[in-house]
Amino acid sequence: MTVKPLISAHDLASRAKAQRKQNLELIYNTGMGHIGGDMSATDILITLYFAILNIDPRKPNDPARDRFIMSKGHCSGALYSTLANRGFFPVEDLKTYMQPLSKLNGHPDRNKIPGVETNTGPLGHGLPVAVGTAIGAKLGKQSWRTYVLTGDGELQEGSNWEAAMLAGHRGLDNLTVIIDRNRLQQGDWVEATNNLEPLADKWRAFGWSVSEIDGHDYDALLETFHSLPLEKGKPSCIVAHTHKGNGISFMQDHPGWHHRVPTEAELTEALQELGEKA
Amino acid sequence: MNATLDAKLYDCRDAFAETLERLGEQDERIVVVVNDSVGSSKVGGFKKKFPDRLINVGIAEQNMVGVGAGLANAGFIPFVCAAACFLTGRALEQIKADVAYSNTNVKLVGISSGMAYGALGPTHHSIEDFAWTRAIANLTVIAPADPTETSQVIDMAAKTPGPMFLRLSRMGVPEVHDKGYNFELGKAATLREGKDITLIANGVLVTKALEAASLLAKDGIDARVLNMATVKPIDKAAIIKAARETGAIVTAEEHSTHGGLGSAIAEVVVENAPVQMRILGVPGVFAPTGEAPWLLEHFGLTAQGIYEAAKSLKTHD
Repeated sequence: MTVKPLISAHDLASRAKAQRKQNLELIYNTGMGHIGGDMSATDILITLYFAILNIDPRKPNDPARDRFIMSKGHCSGALYSTLANRGFFPVEDLKTYMQPLSKLNGHPDRNKIPGVETNTGPLGHGLPVAVGTAIGAKLGKQSWRTYVLTGDGELQEGSNWEAAMLAGHRGLDNLTVIIDRNRLQQGDWVEATNNLEPLADKWRAFGWSVSEIDGHDYDALLETFHSLPLEKGKPSCIVAHTHKGNGISFMQDHPGWHHRVPTEAELTEALQELGEKA
Repeated sequence: MNATLDAKLYDCRDAFAETLERLGEQDERIVVVVNDSVGSSKVGGFKKKFPDRLINVGIAEQNMVGVGAGLANAGFIPFVCAAACFLTGRALEQIKADVAYSNTNVKLVGISSGMAYGALGPTHHSIEDFAWTRAIANLTVIAPADPTETSQVIDMAAKTPGPMFLRLSRMGVPEVHDKGYNFELGKAATLREGKDITLIANGVLVTKALEAASLLAKDGIDARVLNMATVKPIDKAAIIKAARETGAIVTAEEHSTHGGLGSAIAEVVVENAPVQMRILGVPGVFAPTGEAPWLLEHFGLTAQGIYEAAKSLKTHD
């Protein structure tokens, strides 16, 4: 199949900086989107798509491809930017984000966008589908892997735990869940709404092997992804500690930036901040 | 064709199970996903033959449907089998998003639909599933009437890509179709020609409609009988033809009168060839306690009930 692009942590970081700017402008121009979660998920997505996933944008339906499932479908701005930059569709198409008849709906549609594996938007849907693809790979004796990115607030949906239980029971070590642990959900802090802790222990109790890392540290992301499965015979859970609105000081860790759209002045300030950082 | 009713009663789940096992032998992509419903779905034989291809997710319907969608993504043809009430009620959003909207090749098989669970009560009745599923875009909805049709529907489902909801009963039914019957997706089967009124049913009510036609014949009323197994996409042409040629329609289904087969037919009738209709089903209530045959009697879902509804329409002529 395809050769994974060889890319360093430094290259990934500079790519992420450019993509964050692109993502900001996308949301500013569209007037809609989920900027906070886009920013927390960006480094995870970039690492996966540019260094880890065995995928070929020219053959998005290759049966032997790795499956990446974006369970937090509302962060389509980050997903679409990543897919476009990786070559799944022209970057130019990003301008149509959420415009009438655009293929780029607010939540991803696999029948319109190459590289999307399942339609998400309602929360708690990605992991069950990912468990299905992982069972399918085992059944077909295939070596491709399944990755699923969930939000943390999203884990309040019970369907995740149905799926987590089954993955643990079946020892799906070809499956990895990455939790974008930005500690915020739409209305408030996760801990203030419906506490998830002890989160890592919950996954361990369901039969998973767990690693907690800084979800914005490319060295940590690369090292962890390259070490998969974390434990043979168990599904892997990566709790990626992140910051909502990461990279932009006035957005970061601020409950108000779930789906707020920046003003022109805020956009300028955010772009300046991103420009200044290495 | 005019079907002759065999007195022997069959459980359509047996035809379902036999067909699935045969398909399983022919095609390794066929897998079964259940929610601890191996026995009630009668897939024990499939499990014995293909233990790895029977995926029991435990009592977790949302996950069951999601896993089905994932297996389809991985190239398999999953038959996701569970009691119709739990499959559709508990996992409706997964049916909508993971299966229909995602356009995954998942076959949802609702077992023991309608009021088959009888005295277990309304929690176990599935009399809303037509309404729920047919409101979802890109989802084919079929309720076969007898073992022959069940077998052909399962065969067609395995060979036709796309999301489907197949509604099976566990109530005994006679063979209503001839040996030469050929199920066609989206086409009503004319089981009896007639010019005075049309009786349209599916599932376990088809045989009652045929019996009602015999009763009507004794009164000199020549009733057409259509088996509308495919609820979606509905056979508009057959409905319009029936309305124009017979002038009145009675529908009968083991489902709520809100949003099911009768509603689907009425939508076609009012827009194309308005005629008087009677929609027989469960009239928007939770059923009282009673065994399934008693409940059908209670709601007039019998040959006599259909006959009386038809008579009431004809006396209004």
